[in-house]
Amino acid sequence: MSVTAFLTDATLCIGCKACEVACKEWNGIDEDGLQFSGFSYDNTGSVGASTWRHVKFVEQAPLPGLGGNSGEQVSWTFSSDVCKHCGEAGCLEACPTGSIVRTEFGGVFIQPDVCNGCGYCVTACPFGVVERNSKDGRAFKCTFCYDRQKAGLEPACAKVCPTESIKFGELEQLRQKADERIAELHDRGMTDANLYDPLDTSVAGVHALFIIRGDARTYNLPPAPEVPTIYLKKAWTSSALAAGLLFGGTLLAFLSAGKNGR
Amino acid sequence: MLKSLLANWPLIRQIRNGSDGTGAEAMSQRTRELRPKFEDAQVARSICPYCGVGCGQLVYHKEGKLVSIEGDPQSPISRGHLCPKGADTYELHTHPGRLQKVKYRAPYAREWQELDLETAMDMVADRAWATRERTFQETREGQVLMQTTAMAHLGGATLDIEENYLIKKLFTAGMGMVCISNQARI
Amino acid sequence: MPGLGTSFGRGGATTAQPDLANADAILIMGSSMAENHPVGFQWVMEAREKGAKLIHVDPRFTRTSAMADIWLPLRAGTDIIFLGALIRYVFENNRVFHDYVVPYTNASTILREDFRDTEDLDGFFSGWDAEKQKYDPETWLYQGAQKTGSSSSPGHSEAGGGHGKDRGGEAQDPAGFRSDATLQHPRCVFQVLKRHFSRYTPELVEQQCGIPREAFLKAAEAFTAASGPEKTAAICYAVGWTQHSKGVQIIRAAAILQLLLGNIGRPGGGILALRGHASIQGSTDIPTLYDILPGYLPMPFFEKDSQKLDSYVKKHSARTGLWAGFDKYFISLMRAYYGESATEENDWGFNWLPRVTGDHSHFGYWLDMADGKLEGLFVMGQNPAVGAANGRLERKALANLKWLVVRDMVEIETASFWYASPEVERGELSPDTIGTEVFLFPASGTAEKAGTFTNTQRLLQFREKAVDPPGDNRSDLWFVYHLGRRLKARAGAASRDAALRALTWDYPTEGKHDEPSPSEVLKEINGWSMADGKQLHHIKDLKNDGSTACGAWIYCGVHPEEDRNRALERNSKDALGHGWGFAWPNDCRIIYNRASARPDGKPWSERKKLVWWDDEKKQWTGLDTPDYEKETPPHAPAHIEEGEGTSALGGARPFTLHPDGVGWLYVPSGLKDGPLPAHYEALEAPVKNSLYSQNTNPAADKKQRPDNPYANAHGDPRFPYVLSTYRLTEQHTAGGMTRHLSHLNELQPELFTEVSPELAAERGLKHGEWATITTARGALEAKVLITPRILPLRIDGRTVHQVGLPYHWGYMGQATGDVANDLLAISEEPNVRIMETKALLCDVHPGRRDRHAPVSERVPSYEESRA
Repeated sequence: MSVTAFLTDATLCIGCKACEVACKEWNGIDEDGLQFSGFSYDNTGSVGASTWRHVKFVEQAPLPGLGGNSGEQVSWTFSSDVCKHCGEAGCLEACPTGSIVRTEFGGVFIQPDVCNGCGYCVTACPFGVVERNSKDGRAFKCTFCYDRQKAGLEPACAKVCPTESIKFGELEQLRQKADERIAELHDRGMTDANLYDPLDTSVAGVHALFIIRGDARTYNLPPAPEVPTIYLKKAWTSSALAAGLLFGGTLLAFLSAGKNGR
Repeated sequence: MLKSLLANWPLIRQIRNGSDGTGAEAMSQRTRELRPKFEDAQVARSICPYCGVGCGQLVYHKEGKLVSIEGDPQSPISRGHLCPKGADTYELHTHPGRLQKVKYRAPYAREWQELDLETAMDMVADRAWATRERTFQETREGQVLMQTTAMAHLGGATLDIEENYLIKKLFTAGMGMVCISNQARI
Repeated sequence: MPGLGTSFGRGGATTAQPDLANADAILIMGSSMAENHPVGFQWVMEAREKGAKLIHVDPRFTRTSAMADIWLPLRAGTDIIFLGALIRYVFENNRVFHDYVVPYTNASTILREDFRDTEDLDGFFSGWDAEKQKYDPETWLYQGAQKTGSSSSPGHSEAGGGHGKDRGGEAQDPAGFRSDATLQHPRCVFQVLKRHFSRYTPELVEQQCGIPREAFLKAAEAFTAASGPEKTAAICYAVGWTQHSKGVQIIRAAAILQLLLGNIGRPGGGILALRGHASIQGSTDIPTLYDILPGYLPMPFFEKDSQKLDSYVKKHSARTGLWAGFDKYFISLMRAYYGESATEENDWGFNWLPRVTGDHSHFGYWLDMADGKLEGLFVMGQNPAVGAANGRLERKALANLKWLVVRDMVEIETASFWYASPEVERGELSPDTIGTEVFLFPASGTAEKAGTFTNTQRLLQFREKAVDPPGDNRSDLWFVYHLGRRLKARAGAASRDAALRALTWDYPTEGKHDEPSPSEVLKEINGWSMADGKQLHHIKDLKNDGSTACGAWIYCGVHPEEDRNRALERNSKDALGHGWGFAWPNDCRIIYNRASARPDGKPWSERKKLVWWDDEKKQWTGLDTPDYEKETPPHAPAHIEEGEGTSALGGARPFTLHPDGVGWLYVPSGLKDGPLPAHYEALEAPVKNSLYSQNTNPAADKKQRPDNPYANAHGDPRFPYVLSTYRLTEQHTAGGMTRHLSHLNELQPELFTEVSPELAAERGLKHGEWATITTARGALEAKVLITPRILPLRIDGRTVHQVGLPYHWGYMGQATGDVANDLLAISEEPNVRIMETKALLCDVHPGRRDRHAPVSERVPSYEESRA
């Protein structure tokens, strides 16, 4: 089974939010609040338990090159965020019940029938993707449309996207495609276009790549995401060391006390 | 039975596969059996009801119930894509606020009441007929008029062309109504 | 669609969405295509990715602007200045595609000596009748043309409406036309056009549109440089052009530009009218409109000789071109309507048709309703209580009805006006005093019925039914059919009931709900031979002797065999989608495509080839169905003087619905407000018209009355800002199909208004808090979204602020909010009777609106405001 991924290209995103709706329709997720936010055209806020795809709207200074610089006063860029399905997934490693599994496609999947709502995964996610729902406290996030992938179908969000800003395919092929696209964008003057693919970090690469312009943080993408569990070994080692020292010290104390006592 | 149960026990699977307990060996029965919800559904080839682009839709249904609606990849116009409204067509058909009965409000009433469909149809036919009888003019100044301007029709741009055809045929060519309009202008 | 109709012959988009991918430049104006037609926009993105320049001209920086290479913010309502300046740019910079323009347009045709332009008469064309407030268009005709028909001003009947005037070619016989192929004659269309637009300069654009001169020139160069034998450019528009008091003339300006650049009938070119509903195009093709019959045949008007079929046919026929077949189309329709009862003896039932006696359009009869002149109303799939201009007037008028029938999927505002409207909240209406009987029928959704939509590119697509509707929900086809059965049963022997008795109504029904078969109706629309009932294959099969029946001649061929429904075919074979659905006419995807080849029949260039003459097979061939007589060779001479029908046009006149076979840069007849576009300010504007003393479109009808008031025409101190209403991607029109849906409501839950930081500072508006917006019609409250995407514009040395307002909300459903359309006036563009929604005057203040004061008390009078 091939390892699959999303490549979300913000230079093609028109901010229509079809991905948000297609995701909710396919996965049967309820709305999570009808509030005008005032954050540009974004009223769903962020990825969470009941929003697995989320389009960020960024109004900022004009950007160079073709597309997006048209105003010379302002630019408006959009990017659809989603679970990154990390190579080293903090949520998966933190889950004490075995609810979170890695699928044959490389995706990270929370099994709702196993999850007991402990919430360890929530704090373990370096992207703030996993969230417990307000009804029964179980954790939810993008399933990578595991049900569809098992039947050889692409995820609902990728299928619906009008401008094919969300691409779905084999991970390595998408990486290559992304590199070509970045080169093309640079040629066209979008010199700030770059690929978000945190390979050299502790999440060990992701299965959701992003082509963005400028600083990744603008799109809620941490430049150096870290899996909390990478500190586990160090933590265990140092606590073992500490325990050892403590034990040694205590022993020493007893020994010297014994000596003194004699 | 017992053997397969044992074989599926995550710990056994984990030991046998030499894996770390986060892959297939940790999958529940539900997860293992997960399939797309429309897998054994029938499909109707449809068109999105919202704007004028005319995106192809595939309507999946099972035993007389809708299962899901998504884009038709074969469409030379939409290539399987939809906008947020088109992507919400299943909810359009299935949301709890949909009407299912005729609602009737009598003159000066403060409440709706429900009506049987056939009764309502008869009542509407009576009203339309009475208005036509009262207001129809066959001639004016000795010339053909054959019209009533006392009742009107509005609507049509999300209706099918077959529906529009029968509306115009019945109301204008049959009943003599000239006040016929819809939102189509451009 | 008279803008496209008079210019080219057919009131439909000239191109298809996938063909936009072949464009070298695309101008989107009067549309935010990425927001309102996102899936169609993928083809624009594809063109952009291939290197096409994308230009967006819009008062706001929208999601479309964000994708564009060039965004130009313009003051709402100044579109004709911008387009006029583009036309002037084409002249001034030798960008006219001369080899296309001379043979394929009326550039060389010479006008009458007594024609006067707006440039001569300070904003009027010749023929203005100040008393009647309308034009006598006779002086607009061509030099030497013989007038035809019985009416003095064909296409301009006293009672006249709009859609029947899509062509106007019948007004004069082309036999006597004079022309000058050198284009030098001072009264030839080319020279008249040049003079007409000579004052539409880049400087004027800067002063009046608010677009810096340099930015305009950049866009003009990008668009016009992408035209010629090797390149093509396309224009996309939507209601941002149509919903003005001069909307048709804006589209006309685009048509002139595209004809001069040689962009019509060619791949990657054309004008794409973007329709906002699934079957807007279908709803004028097969109209539920008062002034036309299916296939754009005019309804008979009440006038002298109006009971004679001969006069009617003569009035609307042309000797040359496709409209020579008018009698065939009309008589076949009568045979479809009345079957064997329509006979030659009774003029095929012509006198059973009602006569049009006035403005029976939506606004026309609604004002009658407001005045208590209507008894009953059927509303099907529309929501005028919140979706139509001057909502307060619309709702209050409903209370004057005896009975109201509403059919929809949910309880929409129109059905609940009697207890839930703002007028009830304010105490202007009360259920206790409203005598209207209301019937609200539950309707089927698209998945629950079969039927055909005609999309924005003239493509008929038949839908299969998936499931039965729930409960008592039924299709509108079911409703009309079963209502018709009941009404026919009531028809007596009286002569007034003859039409109803004769109406053929024997549609077979199917399923547990006795649904009439949509396929059977589509077969009738396609047409059949009366003798053997066989389906017709082609428009050419239609006869004027009663031997054929056809419900809509332009759709002939959609169901050519008993068991072949081409609208249901789903086998797309090429980029234009042949094999998928059926495009009218004759499955042509890009119409007027004869123009994609040179007069000698060869493509203008290899890169832009579409349809060409195959000298071996002796027929037109290519990548699209030729929109031309298949076997008429390019060198076949025209016999305009004495020939008949399309054969008179010869082999090199691509616009076959026009009697002269060419595209019309200048429209000699068929439009009510002039043969050429001229700039007028909106009915409410912040400035005076800088070009002419005549401030607004003289032929527009303001319908001004106490319950439909206006701001002072220009510079009204009560309403200093320009207001535009529009749609968002996440909602649909007045919300009937979206505001009950949770997945869409969470994306755009509330009414908001978009304002610039400068305006917010000027008025003390706070981001995310409430503002009250007022116009002469009323007030509403909306959340404030302050954004740099709205720019204050410099107009004639002063700052003009624009206010943006989406119009999706109402008082029913899951997401509710004030009704933006309450701020609009009922006004009528003269040709199509559409209201002005894109350029109004308003004021805006912080805070919520007063929920109980009557509207009239909130808005000070003009005199008070001056005091």
